Amino acid sequence: MAMPKREPTKLVPVPSTSIIPERDVDKAPILECRHLGIDFGGLTAVNDFDMAIGRTEIAGLIGPNGAGKTTVFNLLTKVYQPTRGNILLDGVSTQNMSTAQVNKAGIARTFQNIRLFDNLSVEDNVKLGLHNHIHYGMFQGLFRLPGYWKEERRAHERALELLSIFDMEDMAGAKAGSLPYGAQRRLEIVRALATEPKLLLLDEPAAGMNPSETAELMENIVKIRDTFQIAILLIEHDMSLVMGICEGICVLNFGQIIAKGSPEDIANNPVVIEAYLGKKKEDTGC
Amino acid sequence: MLTFLNHLISGISLGSVYAIIALGYTMVYGIAKMLNFAHGDVIMVGAYVCFFMVSSFGLHPIIGILLAMVVCTLLGIVIERLAYKPLRQAPSLAVLITAIGMSYFLQNAAQLLWTSNYKMFPAFFTFGGKNGVSFFDGRLNLSWTTIVTILACLVIMVVLTLFTDKTKLGKAMRACSEDKGAAQLMGINVNTTISVTFAIGSALAAVAGVLLCSAYPTLMPTTGSMPGIKAFTAAVFGGIGSIPGALLGGILLGIIEIFAKAYISTQVSDAIVFAVLIIVLLVKPTGLLGKQIREKV
Amino acid sequence: MKLKLSKTTRINFLTYAVVIVAFVVFQSLSSAGALSSTLKGQLVPICAYVVMALSLNLTVGVLGELSLGHAGFVSVGAFAGAVASAALTTVIPIPALRLAVSMVIGAIFAAIAGVLIGIPVLRLRGDYLAIVTLAFGEIIKSLITNFYIGIDGEGLHFSFLSNKLSLGEGGRMILNGPMGIPGITRISTFAAGFILTMIALIVIFNLVNSRSGRAIMALRDNRIAAESVGINVTKYKMMAFVTSAALAGAAGCLFSLGQNTILPSKFDFNTSILILVFVVLGGQGRMLGSIIAAAALTILPEVLREFADYRMLVYAIVLILVMLITNNPTISGFFARLFRRQKGDET
Repeated sequence: MAMPKREPTKLVPVPSTSIIPERDVDKAPILECRHLGIDFGGLTAVNDFDMAIGRTEIAGLIGPNGAGKTTVFNLLTKVYQPTRGNILLDGVSTQNMSTAQVNKAGIARTFQNIRLFDNLSVEDNVKLGLHNHIHYGMFQGLFRLPGYWKEERRAHERALELLSIFDMEDMAGAKAGSLPYGAQRRLEIVRALATEPKLLLLDEPAAGMNPSETAELMENIVKIRDTFQIAILLIEHDMSLVMGICEGICVLNFGQIIAKGSPEDIANNPVVIEAYLGKKKEDTGC
Repeated sequence: MLTFLNHLISGISLGSVYAIIALGYTMVYGIAKMLNFAHGDVIMVGAYVCFFMVSSFGLHPIIGILLAMVVCTLLGIVIERLAYKPLRQAPSLAVLITAIGMSYFLQNAAQLLWTSNYKMFPAFFTFGGKNGVSFFDGRLNLSWTTIVTILACLVIMVVLTLFTDKTKLGKAMRACSEDKGAAQLMGINVNTTISVTFAIGSALAAVAGVLLCSAYPTLMPTTGSMPGIKAFTAAVFGGIGSIPGALLGGILLGIIEIFAKAYISTQVSDAIVFAVLIIVLLVKPTGLLGKQIREKV
Repeated sequence: MKLKLSKTTRINFLTYAVVIVAFVVFQSLSSAGALSSTLKGQLVPICAYVVMALSLNLTVGVLGELSLGHAGFVSVGAFAGAVASAALTTVIPIPALRLAVSMVIGAIFAAIAGVLIGIPVLRLRGDYLAIVTLAFGEIIKSLITNFYIGIDGEGLHFSFLSNKLSLGEGGRMILNGPMGIPGITRISTFAAGFILTMIALIVIFNLVNSRSGRAIMALRDNRIAAESVGINVTKYKMMAFVTSAALAGAAGCLFSLGQNTILPSKFDFNTSILILVFVVLGGQGRMLGSIIAAAALTILPEVLREFADYRMLVYAIVLILVMLITNNPTISGFFARLFRRQKGDET
């Protein structure tokens, strides 16, 4: 698959709170975090996290281990309730929402340590992503009323269609837990996409992949953004992926944002280099 | 006021027995992450052994208790080796069913050995021909059994806390309950440590059995079940895995039970005890002193 | 994909077929007089235990939560149903219809208990959840033990803790506190038991293979991931729990209306454990396994009646051995090798 053509993106310069690509600037951002923070019993895990993501942007969240990146994802999806600050999803505050409600509002995610429904089939995993888009109730299911058959058939077709993004249709009947590692990672993305999100959060999607798999993943992430016209925020340690597809990057260290900007800005930012490589200057690439 | 005090004291006394039993549950849970349902029946075995040593062989009660502790310790180790050790990697439900099977086994074996007729447990704790001391012209009575029970509970708590905090073996137990793999890498013999935990828990069960039957002297093969369930409740109440939690949970449960019996209704006292447990768990989902575990995502 | 779907469907149809065949065989044996009177008397209890096991398997196997108080729901259904049947004797003279109505009432009351228990259950996890179900089972037993219900010309009268009822002319006590319900008109039949088993199977299979059932199983496999795809944890846990309770209630009603007398102490912690043993031995989430385990283990003690003294001891040992054999890799490997060698010798 060829890399889809994209216009080169220009970024609104730092220190503004946003890292939105220019094509999204006039539209309201899909996500806005203001002074987001959480404490775990006295320990401040994330503090003063300000970020905005454009409607069709691919953004990256990077930082050393333990910087609080996954915690940010957990805050956005309300797995943890933030201690401070607020999150606006498409202009709506998610303050009192649960994880499930945040998903219905438009944020879907994958997990760093894969979390599939291991004992269910691949197709059922995707159908669970479609859960809130399948419209029949418990009693229609119990009595096998026409609504059940109609909606299940539609869900089946949609599930196969979504699996075809990663050419996984032929695995539909397999148990999710028995899939090879790479396929499990891809299935998580498909399941998240099935919920029809406006913002997709990917937690280390390339972890454990070799360079050619990573290259394919990069193409697919861009393809997903282009097809679904959604925003994607990803956590990744693989700098070739981050620098290759992210339009805006946010660097986190010790729970604080230390830099924001375009890939070029970040790559040359002395503060970022220091955070990754330590204070003493030695010439090492990322 | 004095009746209140009387009830309070009997509540603490009953609670002390629950606390000693709850210790066995909590220690085993802490280290093996399993609910040892057979624990209640080890209590019963301990009481029977002591009973026969004293009434059939005419041994001194102290020797009877010591022998009961020895028998229960061995029983605990054997049960662990035969039934639980092979299931260390098995799903927790399988272990639970095995423990229930072990509980049935002990009850039915006791029934075959000693029949289902109840035995009257003799009053051990008499000094100078009296079985207690009275204050305020006999309006406040303290039986020796009560005093011994409460003292025994306190002594056991102090010794056990010192043991887990200060000794090498105690520290090994704590290490195993945190992370068995890491403990093994540090050169701790996990199997021995688990056996020791079962041994201590079972020895305490023997003590609890004797104390329980001194206060409520009907001894049957099913004597251990209900106190077992209550003590398990007490352990959860206080926060399972925590030694001070077992003490707190046990004592509170005993007091609630006696007060419910005295002031509300004898018939529904058990319902009240369990209702309080549910309310506590609603407010503190991991018990009074249990650690709140944040799920890693 | 086609293969997998048909596999689930195949197992479901096999389960239906086994139940139907078993019913036909035992019914004809029974009418031909080929069954011993003990076994004949066990047919209704077997059906009741089968449905209890199926309903618990919904909680333990499908929802993945351990319940140690299932007998509580059975008890609620048993007493509500038996009281309803006694109260409706004159209103609905046809036994089969009265049985059906009583079962529905038993199921509704058990479902209400399920909702009440579900509220705290949803907030807790693992062993804490197990202990709360245990506590609820004990509370229900304790409450029913202290409940008195009488009937007279004016209708039903209730009393709690002690029998304070003064009934009008021609009035009689239905539920007598710790003495339970004596003198039940036995209207449960094997055919009713069969129908209830089939209904339970249809409900469970159709629930599991639907949108709701998928959500319930998703909670079992990975709660956090389920929430992340927008599944309402409370709603689906409650759905599974209440369905399970309602089926258990209907089973309890079937059981009690097949007995002469029913005592509150019948449905205690040990009964909860007994049902749990059926589920675990039959396999979590496997309905056919639950049916076979419940039927076999209900008949077994009757067959072993002549060894009455050793019966429970043997039962305990079998239980422990089965758990060891199925769950310890070394032991199960040994048995697998032994089995293979024997097979090899034969050929």
